[in-house]
Amino acid sequence: MKSRGLFTRVMLVLGLIFLYVPILSMIVFSFNNSRLVTVWDGPNSPTLKWYGALVHNGQILGAAWLSIRIALVSATAAVILGTLAGMALARFGSFRGRTLLAGMTTAPIVMPEVITGLSLLLLFVAMSQLIGWPKGVGAVTITLAHITFCMAYVTVVVQSRLTGFDESLEEAAMDLGARPLKVFFRITLPLILPAIASGWLLAFTLSWDDLVITQFVAGPGSSTLPMVIFSKVRFGVTPDVNALATIMVLLVATGIAISTVWMRYRERRHARDLQLAAAANL
Amino acid sequence: MPLSQRAGRRLVAGVPTLWLILLFMIPFLIVFRISFSEVRLAIPPYTPLISWHHGSPSFEVHWSAYKFLFTDSLYVSSYLYSLKVAAVSTLCCLLIGYPMAYAIAHAKPSTRSVLLMLIILPFWTSFLLRVYAWIGLLKNNGVINNALLYLHLIDHPLALLQTDFAVYIGIVYSYLPFMILPLYANLEKHDPALLEAAADLGARPFTAFRRVTLPQSLAGILAGSLLVFIPAVGEYVIPTLLGRTDQLMIGRVLSDEFFENRDWPVASAVAILILLLLVIPIMLFQRAQRRELEGAA
Repeated sequence: MKSRGLFTRVMLVLGLIFLYVPILSMIVFSFNNSRLVTVWDGPNSPTLKWYGALVHNGQILGAAWLSIRIALVSATAAVILGTLAGMALARFGSFRGRTLLAGMTTAPIVMPEVITGLSLLLLFVAMSQLIGWPKGVGAVTITLAHITFCMAYVTVVVQSRLTGFDESLEEAAMDLGARPLKVFFRITLPLILPAIASGWLLAFTLSWDDLVITQFVAGPGSSTLPMVIFSKVRFGVTPDVNALATIMVLLVATGIAISTVWMRYRERRHARDLQLAAAANL
Repeated sequence: MPLSQRAGRRLVAGVPTLWLILLFMIPFLIVFRISFSEVRLAIPPYTPLISWHHGSPSFEVHWSAYKFLFTDSLYVSSYLYSLKVAAVSTLCCLLIGYPMAYAIAHAKPSTRSVLLMLIILPFWTSFLLRVYAWIGLLKNNGVINNALLYLHLIDHPLALLQTDFAVYIGIVYSYLPFMILPLYANLEKHDPALLEAAADLGARPFTAFRRVTLPQSLAGILAGSLLVFIPAVGEYVIPTLLGRTDQLMIGRVLSDEFFENRDWPVASAVAILILLLLVIPIMLFQRAQRRELEGAA
């Protein structure tokens, strides 16, 4: 018993080192003075010059701004569609088309991205031939593609949150005469709000990060940040990408820290409310 | 159920269904159709999907794209190579991920959430940049070679980048959380009393693991393996940045056919052949997912 506990614990520590060493090495070398990236130039490092170069790189800034806009719209639309799908799958029992919907919301999660990307582009080409829209590929087609694969993830998150709660609260509200829309906004929505929030963040990250599908449905003049990064790093390591990676890791870490603290606070407040309610009933 | 409520429900289920039919299902039908057309110099570069003869539609079926795939050994070999890479990477993920998930499931509840957070955190940082980080570690004058040279363990740098090894590292690194999370979700539900009972009956720890824990965790193993294997078969970024240049994976072949050769029918045929291979794993995954999402309720 003891020895196996030791083995799995050692594996866990080694695995975590494996997960974090590459990220740490990017952060360290973003402060390196040498252009050779992996050779540490002791006397002149650490330096912030790659961060300075980043601020003046119009191509990267423009691509980042485009990526942010696409991710904001995609995540929001994906959350709306994914919440509807998750509600239908978790609450409507068996209805016609259920198997179809369930299948179409899980398949995009594992589907190889080259296939999704190719099929979406061919759809847009066929559509523009048939109905004259879209008139070429760009930010609009990228957004449509992102909504489609992001909503699958949101559906799973919302559906699993809803199956965790039984329907008795919603049924009670219905029995008391509340209309379905009111039940949704007063009961269901507050219950699944954490799932919707994490689904939105997940969708934003996936959209912000996607390269392969985007490459298929992007056109000239609509290069997202991952596309710019990919074309830079395909031909080797560049120090300003290390700086960019460091900034992104910092942003994510801050965001996660804030959301963790907020969730803890909410949970604690919730527990206190319950205690107060219990005390009031005594 | 009142009429308005039924209409409301139809709307709630109908809108996402319609969206996915239009942007997920129909695109596959188009890919399927284009794989049976011929390449030509036009915009778009394939023979029309439907041709009209005296006012009635007719579908011309060309097999040339498929014939081409089976006559050129490049395609067959990259197909098999992708299978091998995906299978080996999935196995490595399982061998590394299982003990990690086990250790997390057996940790104290307070440590557990921190450990899970540490597993998920890298997933929130850019996938592309995490793969890119390995170039800096693996290349000839990279961190690993420099460290080994400094320690006098090797005399000249090892060729690590652009090898099968680098692709395995890249895939295992990127997909490990997808293996650990379903395994953890499964292992966490196990009743510790079963292991105690096995120990009381004289089973050695390894026997107890093999006869009690392992059979119970098969569902988690299956879910994790599918989450790694299916996307790994069509992986594009990792082999392009870290892999060999003399042996491409099938996802890269598809993308090259499309972007470099502008042969849309062949690219579509490659997509259909990948899907044929993945149809059973994808259906298994959907069944596992359904059980996970609905069986618990």
